Amino acid sequence: MATTAQPRQPHPPAATTDTVVLVGTTKGLFTLRSADRDGFALAGPDFPGEEVYATCIDTRGGRTRLFAGSVSNHWGPVLRRSDDLGATWTEDERAALHFPADSEAALARIWQLTPGPVDEPDVVYAGVEPAALFRSDDGGRTFSLVRGLWDHPHRPRWEPGGGGLCLHTVLVHPTDPRRLLVAISAAGVYRSEDGGATWEAANRGIAVPWVPEGEDLEFGQCVHKVARDAGDPERLYLQHHGGIFRSDDGGRTWQPMTGIAGMDFGFPVVAHPTRPGIAYLLPLESDAFRCTPGGRCVVWRTTDAGASWQPLTTGLPQEHAHLTVLRDGFTTDGCDPAGLYFGTRTGEVYGSTDDGETWRLIAHHLPPVLSVRAAPVVG
Amino acid sequence: MTVPMLVRVRVPTQLRDVAGGTRAVDVEVATAPATVADVLDALARLRPALERRVRDEQGRVRQHVNVFVGADNIRDRDGTATPLRPGEELSIVPAVSGG
Repeated sequence: MATTAQPRQPHPPAATTDTVVLVGTTKGLFTLRSADRDGFALAGPDFPGEEVYATCIDTRGGRTRLFAGSVSNHWGPVLRRSDDLGATWTEDERAALHFPADSEAALARIWQLTPGPVDEPDVVYAGVEPAALFRSDDGGRTFSLVRGLWDHPHRPRWEPGGGGLCLHTVLVHPTDPRRLLVAISAAGVYRSEDGGATWEAANRGIAVPWVPEGEDLEFGQCVHKVARDAGDPERLYLQHHGGIFRSDDGGRTWQPMTGIAGMDFGFPVVAHPTRPGIAYLLPLESDAFRCTPGGRCVVWRTTDAGASWQPLTTGLPQEHAHLTVLRDGFTTDGCDPAGLYFGTRTGEVYGSTDDGETWRLIAHHLPPVLSVRAAPVVG
Repeated sequence: MTVPMLVRVRVPTQLRDVAGGTRAVDVEVATAPATVADVLDALARLRPALERRVRDEQGRVRQHVNVFVGADNIRDRDGTATPLRPGEELSIVPAVSGG
């Protein structure tokens, strides 16, 4: 299908910058850095022994600030930030991110750290477990619970997915920052059009096959990830626990995308950072097995907003590769051509710098990968 | 009349960086006899980044953290209501768990 939307402005050419890839694992944070997106130097781990589910590379406001949300099995969750590309990390003496006393909740895990609008560089959002949205207005030093979502009448009936009751996706509308979209496993998608004061469930069309009469379920969908199209901000791509969906109206309604035979399950979905209509999936075989089908690692790409999908395999292992990529384990660096990076639960990181045409292994023998984020930074 | 009580809190190796690099933190509790909760409240004022690794923001001791008064695990006594006698120390000890 055609689109008339304008492509998003890419980041500056990579030649003037370094590319940083943050790899969050079950045993700490690793950093890959390259001047040419070819040879990557590996550093780490930072925070050894801590699970790093969320990182963020925030390049707004004329500076680069890194965030890392980690959790220790013993000592609980921690939010840290770095203004020197990870050479040093700061944890505020007073917890930046915590539930207020009257909520009777305690922060279990930080699942998502998302920059706010481009022209509001001090606004940062955090999605957490138990499912809640937090907002910072001071560059991530302190966060406040977004009460409108926390007080939503659906919340007492939200059920956790396999990873816990987590708010794992935060999308800020690129032209209207009052419009927010979040996704929760396993509550589904919620939208706000007033900066988070009020929210409505936005799952119309996302069928839930494991629930009787799940065709019309208002909420309870196990949405794994949502990505926004580069050219049309109303167009969204969604990987569900069972199926892939697209919205052309900002999430108000969803339609099934053309399926990839035998591969309804998967965790991540990534939109091309600058070119409309292009998105990527890493499907897995069944919710029981959750590994790359047939021992072949395949990235699937659409260039027509989900009407058809093409397999990308060059450089990816095609036999005995039983890999799993989690919802935040696949990302883009925002450049054009796109750098694409994904990490596996078996500790490999693959990268592509040509929109996914070719891939190569850029790190291996790491602990299980939970999250990957990448961006060009001033070297 | 309340008499302030000084309590030594022993810190495990893993938490020394958030304890100012020390093996023990001495906290002053306004009431005597003090409870474990009183000590941890005082620790929260003095070293909040250390205290929140012991208790979550609702005041619950984290699941895989053990707190001892002398040789007694507070889970075998009265939890955070366990009283400390003058001179008794409080120890923070990670549970044997993980993967």
